[in-house]
Amino acid sequence: MEKFDVIVVGAGLAGLAAAYTMSREGLEVVLLERGEYAGSKNVTGGRLYVNPVRHLFPDLWDQAPFERFITHEGFSMMAADRSITVGYYGNELNRAPYQSYSVLRSRFDRWLAEQAEAQGAMLLSSAKVDDVIIENGKITGVLTGDDGLHADVVIACDGVLSLIAEKAGLRNAGMPRDYAVGIKEVIELDPDLINARFNLEGDEGAARLFFGDITKGRFGGGFLYTNRESISLGIVVGIKALMEGEAFLEAPAFFDGFKERPEIAALIKDGTTVEYSAHVIPEGGYRSLTPLSGNGILVAGDAAGLALNLGVTVRGMEYALASGYYAAQTVLQAKDAGDYGAEKLAVYKTMLENSFVLEDFRNFRETPAVLDERRIVSHYPELFGKIMKDLYEIPGGPKNRLYPTIRRYLTIGEMLSMFKDFRKVMKI
Amino acid sequence: MSNSAGLKAKLGLDVFKPGLEPHIVIRPGMEKDPRLKKAILVCPAGLYSENEKGEVVLTIDGCLECGTCRIACGTDVLDWNYPDGGTGVQFRFG
Ligand SMILES: Cc1cc2nc3c(=O)[nH]c(=O)nc-3n(C[C@H](O)[C@H](O)[C@H](O)COP(=O)(O)OP(=O)(O)OC[C@H]3O[C@@H](n4cnc5c(N)ncnc54)[C@H](O)[C@@H]3O)c2cc1C
Ligand code: SF4
Repeated sequence: MEKFDVIVVGAGLAGLAAAYTMSREGLEVVLLERGEYAGSKNVTGGRLYVNPVRHLFPDLWDQAPFERFITHEGFSMMAADRSITVGYYGNELNRAPYQSYSVLRSRFDRWLAEQAEAQGAMLLSSAKVDDVIIENGKITGVLTGDDGLHADVVIACDGVLSLIAEKAGLRNAGMPRDYAVGIKEVIELDPDLINARFNLEGDEGAARLFFGDITKGRFGGGFLYTNRESISLGIVVGIKALMEGEAFLEAPAFFDGFKERPEIAALIKDGTTVEYSAHVIPEGGYRSLTPLSGNGILVAGDAAGLALNLGVTVRGMEYALASGYYAAQTVLQAKDAGDYGAEKLAVYKTMLENSFVLEDFRNFRETPAVLDERRIVSHYPELFGKIMKDLYEIPGGPKNRLYPTIRRYLTIGEMLSMFKDFRKVMKI
Repeated sequence: MSNSAGLKAKLGLDVFKPGLEPHIVIRPGMEKDPRLKKAILVCPAGLYSENEKGEVVLTIDGCLECGTCRIACGTDVLDWNYPDGGTGVQFRFG
C-alpha cells in the first residue's frame, strides 16, 4: 500500500496552502481533490485581504492571478423603497502593496495548485475521499473508492461541511444557526463600462456591501465586487433565518429581489450572467469552531469553521490560507519529533491562538450574536431612509425646518433603544 | 417556486458533468418529514418540491453542491454525499 508523509484532503485555499508549505520543505505530500481541477467546486465572494498572510508566502503574491485591487469601498443601507450609500476612497488604497483584491476561485485555486505542484506536491484530482482509515485509534490514511492511501498524518481541508472531520469523529453535522448560504452570480461586463460605472482606472476595483431590506429582516447582506471583466454579485443569508421564512420566500427569490433593486440593476445593466453558484459559509464564530486536531489528523480552513461573518462581509480566505500554513508547520514539527499523536498535534491550536487567526475570532466573538437583530437589518435602514427622504424632499408648499423633521423620527423612546443598540455594537 | 423558468435558465449556464448515481437521496419513509420541507425553502437551485401526495421530491440535476439542504434538514432525512470525483457541477469562475 502507498504511504506518504502527509495526505491533504481538498485543494481549496487551506489545502493548497498546507501542501505548498510542506512540499517546499521536502515532505512527500499527496493532495486529493474531488473536483476535476482545483477550484472547480469552490465559491467565494470574493475579496482577499493579503496583509495578514503576506509574510507566510512571501514568494507567491507577485504572480498571483488576482482580478482587481480594491481602491473604492462602498456600503449601502437598503430600506424597502430607498437606500443610503457611503463611499470611501483613500490614496493609501491605491498604493502598492495593495491591501485587498477581488478574486475568482476557479482561476486562483488552479494557479495556487500549480505553485504547490512546482514545489513537489502530488495533486490527484477527480479523487473524492470517502472515509478515513483508523488503526488503533489513530488516523492512518484515507479511502477513495476502493483505494487506500496511508500517511503519517491527514489534514482535512475539505471545506465547510467537512465530511472527513465528521468521519474522523471530530465533529457532528452542522446546526443551521451556525451557517449561512451565499448565492452568487458572475456577470460579464465590458471592462470600460465597469471602470466608468465605478469610477475606476485600469486595474482599480470596487467593493460594495449592502444590508437591510434585501434580506427581509434576516441576518445577512449583499456584496458586489468588480473583477477584470465581470462583476461578482451575491447575497448571504443565515440558514436558520431562511428556514423560518414564509413559503413564498425561497432562497432564489432573495437573490432575484436583490438583483432587481434599481440601485443594483443600474450597476449590472447590459451585463451577461455567465455563472450561478451557491455555497454554505460557517459563521458561528469562536463558539462553534470544531476541534482543530486529533490523533493523526489536523483540520484547517472552513472545515474547522474558520470563517467570520462581520455583518455584511465574510472573511474566510485569509484564515484558510493561514490555517493551512500553520497546519503545515505543525506537521513539520511532528515529523522532527517522529510523533503524530493527538498531544503533539495540539500545538496547531496554540499556533493559531498566537496568530491573527484565533485572535480575530476572539476579538469578534460577539459579532454573530450581536448582529443577529431585526432592528439592525430592518428598523434602522427604514428609519434613516425616511429621515433622508424628508430631508431631500421639497414639497409643494413650504419646507419644514430640518431639526423638527429629524426629531419627528427620533423620539425619546427611539433614542433610548438606539443607545442600547449602540452599546451592543460597541462590543464588536 | 418564485421564478422557476429564470432559475432553470441560470442553472443552464453552469457546467455539469453527469454522474452515475444521485449523490443526495431522501431516506426512504422520510418523504413527508417536516424537516425535509425546509429544503424547499432553502435550496438555492430550487430542486426540492412537494407533490400532490404531500411528499417532498428532489430532482438532483442542477445541484450546486452547496450543502444548504444537509445543514437545514439533517442527515436523518437526507443521505447526503458529494458526487463521485470529477462529476457534478464545475465552476468556471467560482
Ligand atoms: C458567497 C460567499 C462569499 C464569500 N466571500 C468571502 C470574501 O469576500 N472574503 C473571504 O475571505 N471569504 C469569503 N467567503 C469565505 C471563503 O470563500 C471560504 O472561507 C474559503 O473558501 C474557505 O477555503 P477552504 O480551503 O477552507 O475551503 P474550500 O474552498 O471550500 O475548499 C475545500 C476543497 O475540498 C474539496 N473537497 C471537499 N470534500 C472532499 C472530499 N471528500 N474529497 C476530496 N476533496 C474534497 C472541495 O472540492 C474543495 O476544493 C465567502 C464564501 C461564500 C460562499
Ligand atoms: S446541495 Fe444545495 S443545490 Fe444541491 S440540493 Fe442541496 S441545497 Fe440544493
